[in-house]
Amino acid sequence: MNEFRIEAAVFQPEREKLSLMDPSCGGFVTFEGWVRNRNDGQQVLSLEYQAYEALALKEGTRIIAEALERFPVTSALCIHRVGRLEIGDLAVWVAVSAGHRDEAFRACRYVIDEIKHRVPIWKKEYYASGDSGWVNCEACASHAHEH
Amino acid sequence: MKRIAVEYFAILRERTGLDHETLQTHTNTPADLFAELQLRYDFPKMAGVKVAINDEFADWQCPLQDGDTVVFIPPVAGG
Repeated sequence: MNEFRIEAAVFQPEREKLSLMDPSCGGFVTFEGWVRNRNDGQQVLSLEYQAYEALALKEGTRIIAEALERFPVTSALCIHRVGRLEIGDLAVWVAVSAGHRDEAFRACRYVIDEIKHRVPIWKKEYYASGDSGWVNCEACASHAHEH
Repeated sequence: MKRIAVEYFAILRERTGLDHETLQTHTNTPADLFAELQLRYDFPKMAGVKVAINDEFADWQCPLQDGDTVVFIPPVAGG
């Protein structure tokens, strides 16, 4: 299944994986982005993801199409969560199946990197200090950087 | 006067207290509309804000049409 999807609820990667299986594929690569307990020196308690869904779906779908065009892979799928997430939760999942491993690794890397840069999804962090902030928009606006 | 629908996300939603509103405006471009809203709502200074018109990325100087929906996109942080 070649798709970019946004999910408000927990999803099951093991089940999603079935849609990428193909007898011609000898390689399957996934990336899981998890909610981490620290960012920029602050202790993070939980997160909230918000999406501009109409455009996020369009841009995410374009990224999947680009990955399939640039790399000789069979299938690519990305699922991004929205809503409130806790430490350790699965926030984003990218999966690529291909004839061989090298293109699967490269396409997977391409998808996650482009998703982070281009898709209109925002992350609000809630800190142990009681503070909270939209990442890249306020507290860290002056020194926004890549993670 | 044009009637423009504006949707807000993330920090802009918090600053305005709105997820959307419909405005009557004399402004002709997203750049001018954003400047007008910045005065009204005191948006934080952010580098790299983008704009979408009718759910597609657009140029800041693209002429606004009556009935357009505009979304200002603060720096994203997915993944």
